[in-house]
Amino acid sequence: MSATDIDTDQIIPARFLTTTSREGLGSKLFHDWRFTGNGAANPEFILNQSESDGCEILVAGRNFGCGSSREHAPWALLDYGLRAVISTEIADIFRSNSLKNGLLPIVVNKATHDWLLDNPGCEVRIDVEKSTITLPNGTMATYPIDHFARYCLLEGIDQLGFLQNHSDAITNFEETRPWKP
Amino acid sequence: MHTARTLFEKVWSQHLVKDETPETPAILYIDLHLIHEVTTPQAFSLLRERKLGVRRPDLTLGTMDHSTPTTPVRSFKDLAVVGEGAANQVIKMQENCKEFGLELHGFDSDFRGIVHVIGPELGATQPGKTIVCGDSHTSTHGAFGALAFGIGTTEVGHVLATQCLLQRKPKTLAININGQLQSGVTAKDVILATIGHIGVDGGTGHVIEYRGSAIDAMDMEARMTVCNMSIEAGARAGMIAPDETTIAYLDGRPQSPRGKDWDMAVARWLALRGDPGAEFDKSISINADELSPMATFGTNPGMVIPVGDVIPDNTGDASFRKALDYMQLSPGKPLSQSRVDVVFIGSCTNSRVSDLQQAADIMRGRKVADGVRMLVVPGSQQIKKAAELIGLDKVFIESGAEWRESGCSMCLGMNGDTVPAGHLSVSTSNRNFEGRQGIGARTILASPMTAAASAIEGRVADPRRYL
Ligand code: SF4
Repeated sequence: MSATDIDTDQIIPARFLTTTSREGLGSKLFHDWRFTGNGAANPEFILNQSESDGCEILVAGRNFGCGSSREHAPWALLDYGLRAVISTEIADIFRSNSLKNGLLPIVVNKATHDWLLDNPGCEVRIDVEKSTITLPNGTMATYPIDHFARYCLLEGIDQLGFLQNHSDAITNFEETRPWKP
Repeated sequence: MHTARTLFEKVWSQHLVKDETPETPAILYIDLHLIHEVTTPQAFSLLRERKLGVRRPDLTLGTMDHSTPTTPVRSFKDLAVVGEGAANQVIKMQENCKEFGLELHGFDSDFRGIVHVIGPELGATQPGKTIVCGDSHTSTHGAFGALAFGIGTTEVGHVLATQCLLQRKPKTLAININGQLQSGVTAKDVILATIGHIGVDGGTGHVIEYRGSAIDAMDMEARMTVCNMSIEAGARAGMIAPDETTIAYLDGRPQSPRGKDWDMAVARWLALRGDPGAEFDKSISINADELSPMATFGTNPGMVIPVGDVIPDNTGDASFRKALDYMQLSPGKPLSQSRVDVVFIGSCTNSRVSDLQQAADIMRGRKVADGVRMLVVPGSQQIKKAAELIGLDKVFIESGAEWRESGCSMCLGMNGDTVPAGHLSVSTSNRNFEGRQGIGARTILASPMTAAASAIEGRVADPRRYL
């Protein structure tokens, strides 16, 4: 999906946000690109083509996930069966939302990105521990990821639990700050 | 000795429960958590699953705005939410706030409105605070010198439970806007031109600080319009240093400090301004003298030109081509040839009294063109009341526009207010993404003045001929 600036309104249109749970959003993923006006699958859309069958990694153009902060976007991608998004640039809030849900946002250089776009359906190895991605032709690249985010992913650490463990420090901050909101 | 610090660095460091290390992000304390019906239900479910309460209900403020109807009614009791999902969301919001003891400005509140409009209106938004909300346009509150940014639903849960967030320190970007805006050129044009200049990812990873004489000269409503669209430039947040204008705005608001507390707060607020010589990671300059009214022509806010210009040709770029196809526009043609079907004045970008006033000044004594539907949606019930007091509602109604209850409305079309497929809309909102205002809707972003002029002419129009 080479288009640049794919925003979260495309990933999951606003009219599907009236849900109060996080399940089942995969069926609405890229809804208005995936389906034509009468609800039939749009044969021209990449996810509806045979080369996308069974794929777990989405390769998308620069600035993927920009726009609205809706966490429904990574929920929908995950629910659809995707586990990683690769781009040359990924928008801030989307990246943070993805990591919190175990969807890997991976930023690669333009050469790797171009290669991936030219070779849809190929098998790519992602090593979360080493933060590397290996292409079938053997090329390996490291991708940037926050230490802590990687640690949480690998150890299954829950960030809320981490924060709760600091409740004494939080109380102390509340009591000793020079002004109160 | 302290090194010179920027506004952002001052606010950031005042909220560190724990500083970041290479291994762990900072723990940042949050002073104000704004919540609305769309991005909270799953967060409340998490609290229930873990048997947790809300740590600081007193620092949490709720409203309903996205899924709520804006059809004019005599009493809020007559408001009927459109669609089962939306109605369910509204009910859940009421239940959740009741169960967890949170202040909610629901249908019966005089202060109900768009979350980013009511925070400042209530005086809950204050300089030097950290403010978050499960909504990307939280950047709006940065106009007061607060550090305000959007978060996801998981993080909403974190803040509800611990009043804190795990954050990496962002970089800083100074945008210097000096000079004087010509008449007919507004804050909306400034921010659209800025996004056109730096691109929709120009601010990624950064917090913007807007500075310069053009910003100093703006009132608070204009500053909010500028900071509001920081996210459209990819930035986490946008900030403006508090000054006398900020203080005058906050004086006497329901939640503003009073008496001696007020004097102390004012001294603290004025000290937030960045130190001379403080360094930014990046900095750019924009000349306000040269700006004209702007309008977008594509499907992201960076695809923007002066309203009288012809659409540029960048058709070598596939995404550009795709955007123009969607918009049914062609390179080389003036935008002003495009026939307009819908005009929307509203959203957290441009729904405040001054926005409505600017549009009304152009509409007064004129008519909405045949075939154009014009919707005017005040940002809050307070704004609605204030506008009605000075007769703006009558100006709009007499010119053939609809005057509605407050809410997000056609900004994202979740509440039943949508632009029909294929129709061209001139909108004062902040996003022209494909389908944002309805399936197949084609959106042109512009200022309230440009929107009003376009309603009169039925074409995308330069407002300066009506001044
Ligand atoms: S007015 Fe639009 S952008 Fe603002 S909060 Fe509502 S939906 Fe979001």
